[in-house]
Amino acid sequence: MSVELEVHDSQGLATEEMTLNMGPQHPSTHGVLRFIVKADGEVMRRAIPDIGYLHRSIEKIAEKVGWHGFMPYTDRVDYVAAMACNQGWAMAAERLADIEVPRRGEYCRVIAAELSRICSHLLGVGAMGMDLGAITPFTHAIREREMIMDLIEELCGARLTFNYMRIGGVAWDLPHGYVEKVSHYLDHFEPVIEEFNQLLGLNRIYVKRLADVATVDADMAIAWGLVGPNLRGSGVDFDVRRDIPYSVYEDFDFDVPVGSGEMGTTGDCWDRYIVRIREMDESMRILRQALAGIPEGPVIARVPRNFKPPVGDVHVKIEAPRGEQSWYVSSDGSEYPHRVHIRTGSFTAMGIIDRLSRGLMIADLVAVIASMDIVAPEVDR
Amino acid sequence: MQAFLDTLLGDAAGLERQLGYLAGMVVFGAVVVFGFVLPFAGIVTWAERRIWARIQSRVGPNRVGPFGFLQWLADGVKNILKEDIIPTVADRPLFRFAPYVVMVGFVGAFVCVPFSGDLIIADLNIGILYITAVTSLVVVGILMAGWSSNNRWSLLGGIRAATQIISYEIPASLAIFPAVLLSGTLSMQGIIGEQGAAPWQWHMFHSPFTLLGFGLFFTAALAEGNRTPFDLAEAESELVAGFATEYSGMRSTLFFMAEWGNLYVIGALVTTLYLGGWQVPQFTYNPVLMNLAQVGVFMGKSLACVFFMIWLRATLPRVRVDQLMAMCWKYMVPLAMLSVLGTATMMVALPNGSHTLRMATFAVVVGVVIRFAFKVRFHLKRARKLDYTSLSPGASQGLSS
Repeated sequence: MSVELEVHDSQGLATEEMTLNMGPQHPSTHGVLRFIVKADGEVMRRAIPDIGYLHRSIEKIAEKVGWHGFMPYTDRVDYVAAMACNQGWAMAAERLADIEVPRRGEYCRVIAAELSRICSHLLGVGAMGMDLGAITPFTHAIREREMIMDLIEELCGARLTFNYMRIGGVAWDLPHGYVEKVSHYLDHFEPVIEEFNQLLGLNRIYVKRLADVATVDADMAIAWGLVGPNLRGSGVDFDVRRDIPYSVYEDFDFDVPVGSGEMGTTGDCWDRYIVRIREMDESMRILRQALAGIPEGPVIARVPRNFKPPVGDVHVKIEAPRGEQSWYVSSDGSEYPHRVHIRTGSFTAMGIIDRLSRGLMIADLVAVIASMDIVAPEVDR
Repeated sequence: MQAFLDTLLGDAAGLERQLGYLAGMVVFGAVVVFGFVLPFAGIVTWAERRIWARIQSRVGPNRVGPFGFLQWLADGVKNILKEDIIPTVADRPLFRFAPYVVMVGFVGAFVCVPFSGDLIIADLNIGILYITAVTSLVVVGILMAGWSSNNRWSLLGGIRAATQIISYEIPASLAIFPAVLLSGTLSMQGIIGEQGAAPWQWHMFHSPFTLLGFGLFFTAALAEGNRTPFDLAEAESELVAGFATEYSGMRSTLFFMAEWGNLYVIGALVTTLYLGGWQVPQFTYNPVLMNLAQVGVFMGKSLACVFFMIWLRATLPRVRVDQLMAMCWKYMVPLAMLSVLGTATMMVALPNGSHTLRMATFAVVVGVVIRFAFKVRFHLKRARKLDYTSLSPGASQGLSS
């Protein structure tokens, strides 16, 4: 970790650079993150991420608790958007054992996952405003998120760690009158996004803080393995839901918002912000279609309690709110998975931060972390 | 104040009279500081939290006293009782001394802040100059705090504060000039005396240049007071708590008291220079009633400014250091120059001022304010239509409290 860089001022005199320890306890590192910032005054030379503070051995735990038992643990992979992790695990196990999920179950999954996505993006963009000093958008986002939490609570009884999905479907069918409730909520939520843009996204100071800051062009984004909104913010038109369809996403008609440098260069912080805002709109479109087209029938397939998938490896990709989440699961035919590996969006985003932050101001580091929507538990697992 | 003391002192003369003045001013100063400034700084924290809560769809403090009004008192008591931690590696004398310097800089301004035609601790003939000078002490205190904490976040906060406050003092001082030029005096009461009770008689509406001066002064004062969007010195999401990171207990309270009390100073200065101060129409010859009305008007205007600053803080994000400096040196300083020169030219060209120009400026501002008010009303009405409790499914089932 000891990277010493010579710092020279305009006269060529060597000065001492300052090492700042940003985190693990810092108001805007979104959990327990640490950056070792080498700064020359306010200008950063490097920002070295130090990860691992939230490592909980989730992948190792999977090898000890069995296929069904691991489902509650997946909630903790990314507790801001737990539905996606649920879905990833369920899909991996189903693909190994070749289980067909009933259509109503898949629709329930899509509804839950998209609600969870809106929830996660709201927290992401709200916290982004907070990090840049605007406190009101955060509380407005949390207010909306609270109502989605209530909806999800009605669905599965939990507000944060849902544990809603099961191998073969979902645990519970939609409650009575749920479709109307969600539609009613979406009607309410639609103008809120516009309000949010008025309050935060198009605010001149906010745009000035984000436009042209930490630009990642398309090639660089692909080279550094960025995924999800961070990748699309750089102008790469790729969404797992559309390009490698899973679940019932083929049934729905939705656009993939891509950053186009409206306020500055393509791939700057503002693009990553606006992609998340627009994704909420698209999630609402998907939700409306799913609510309208949900078929009758069972929600869960018959899966033996003593679940033993055949020997084999499987690689499943899903589009989580923080980007493409890859689940690599290996089975040795026993009641415990042989090996589980999760590749998450925040982890890859962490890698590029050091590169991006060189030459930026310390205040920009906060903007970069926020625009990448990094959630610490997802980095470390 | 002097006139009031004269009646009390009767026919005392010489040294006795001077001592009498001194005693009177000390007593009045103590009354202002302990009876008004310190409680006011506390009450503003409560007001700010309540107003924010309203803006942010929250409840805010509502437990201690009616509408949570005594929250500031409870917080104050809590902070006094807390342990005062001084880091081992801190520079102890400087660390302990810094809050007092900040406090002195802030309280010192009240010497010249008028409350009404007669109520002012000392109407110095260099009043406004004195205030700009004494409030600069705050920088010294903040820099001391930042340096002595031996913490890099504090240091960055202290340096940021110093650059920011010193830079913004230039446009702030320049923007004072139009009002001073129009009044021909630096004395606070003199500046107010040159304005009238009617809004169009305020310095703000003298010409477009003074209007510009008003805007610049308000913005620069915000920056000097470390308020959003210029609260870089203690930017929570960047520098933890800036220069106050290592402070705890009463010492940190002193910093925050100075910060929130400063809101009133800014409001009072803006009111004095550009918003007509305590001017009310002569409706009675009873001095007590007159003074009361003047206090009411002055307070009303200042508190409106304070409210506006709180509103801004709840709405705007924070600018970055380089943007802050660029804004100061590239835009505000030249504009402030323009404002000063424009006002001076106007005074030479039209020695008696132009009533038409006054009314035109006034009409434009009124138009803008009305349009803004309509916009706010529109948003408020739209917000009220949504009944959030009925939307929340949990609430309808009595699940959420």
